[in-house]
Amino acid sequence: MQSPVLRSNPPRPKRVALSWAVLIMIWISSLTTLQAQDTLAPNAKSLPAEGSSEKAIAEYRQMLQDENPADLYVLKGKALWDQARGPKQRALSNCDLGLGGGVFKGAWTQLPRYFEDTKSVQDLESRLLSCMQDIQGFNSGELVRSDFSNPERVNLSLLAAYVASESEGLPFKVPLSNAAELEMYRAGKKLFYYRAGTHDFSCSTCHSDDSRRIRLQDLPNLTTQAGAGFAYGSWPAYRLSTGSVWTMQQRLADCFRQQRFPKPIFASHATIALSVYMGVNANGAKAAAPGLKR
Amino acid sequence: MSDPMRIRLQSVAGVTTVKVLMSHEMESGQRRGEDGRIIPIWNIQDVSASWNGKVVMTAEWGGGISKNPFMQFAVKGTKPGDKISITWKDNRGDSRTDEVLVT
Repeated sequence: MQSPVLRSNPPRPKRVALSWAVLIMIWISSLTTLQAQDTLAPNAKSLPAEGSSEKAIAEYRQMLQDENPADLYVLKGKALWDQARGPKQRALSNCDLGLGGGVFKGAWTQLPRYFEDTKSVQDLESRLLSCMQDIQGFNSGELVRSDFSNPERVNLSLLAAYVASESEGLPFKVPLSNAAELEMYRAGKKLFYYRAGTHDFSCSTCHSDDSRRIRLQDLPNLTTQAGAGFAYGSWPAYRLSTGSVWTMQQRLADCFRQQRFPKPIFASHATIALSVYMGVNANGAKAAAPGLKR
Repeated sequence: MSDPMRIRLQSVAGVTTVKVLMSHEMESGQRRGEDGRIIPIWNIQDVSASWNGKVVMTAEWGGGISKNPFMQFAVKGTKPGDKISITWKDNRGDSRTDEVLVT
């Protein structure tokens, strides 16, 4: 689409006009594609709905409302949780997600948080990674270096979907109760507004304004409680476009890609800091994971 | 081994709406993998629903049906305690049946 034709044969108006027509057609078709790629808002009422595409998406979501395919993966995650796995052949049963070993309800709505045993602020995925290492004997470094298609990383996403589903409907209470959590919040906020890359983008370019939009459909404004609650509160989610469950870590990695940033390291401080920032902004909003996305 | 379906029923005045979510890859046989080779076709081909053992709906499916398919239909004249059962068969010969009772 860089139209090498234009460069190699400069003075040919007819062909130039034709190329432009083709380019415009490609542009229009890409708009249509984008239209189909909108996020399926669970609380569409709180977001400004515009045009028929939003309506069609809302209708589609209504049809699937009770039957989110994510539920199938939550069942798999639950089975994985109770199964003796890994080099140590043990179940995760006593994994402490912040409220004590094996306590689920409300655990996810208070993550990320500081954990005494690892001396770090951890989000859901990094905490599960610690448990898989400490309890089951998985090599967490190896898992961090692999990608999202690694079978154990897929399992981790299913476990995350299961844990999150246990907090459905509960309000977020992401803590800022000590220096480490506060530091992560500040780092997350800084990263959110940090412009970089070939496109000079930051997260805030697409996610900090209610009245403007960067593509046809609305994107959540993550600086507000409603927007952050909608976005942070609905991942892990089933993505219809990939037919798989994505966690917030994978969502963030893809946002980095769309910004043309280098790939973030899985469960790294940077990704957790962004989750702290979003989670704290979402405080008070209700958890709606596992969500359903386009 | 196949994973269980999720079947939910909603009954209003003798009409039961059946919502079924199936767990299946539904590979169309048209896609290519990273190695450039066609990913072999693997999808549900026959679906049938029965009400107290009597077949009330059948469907022939193929590559145009999405992964983890969702299906909805209604049965008239149901009573509490009636049994609704759904069966699918795929092209690999695998099949699965799940059933629920009308409440």
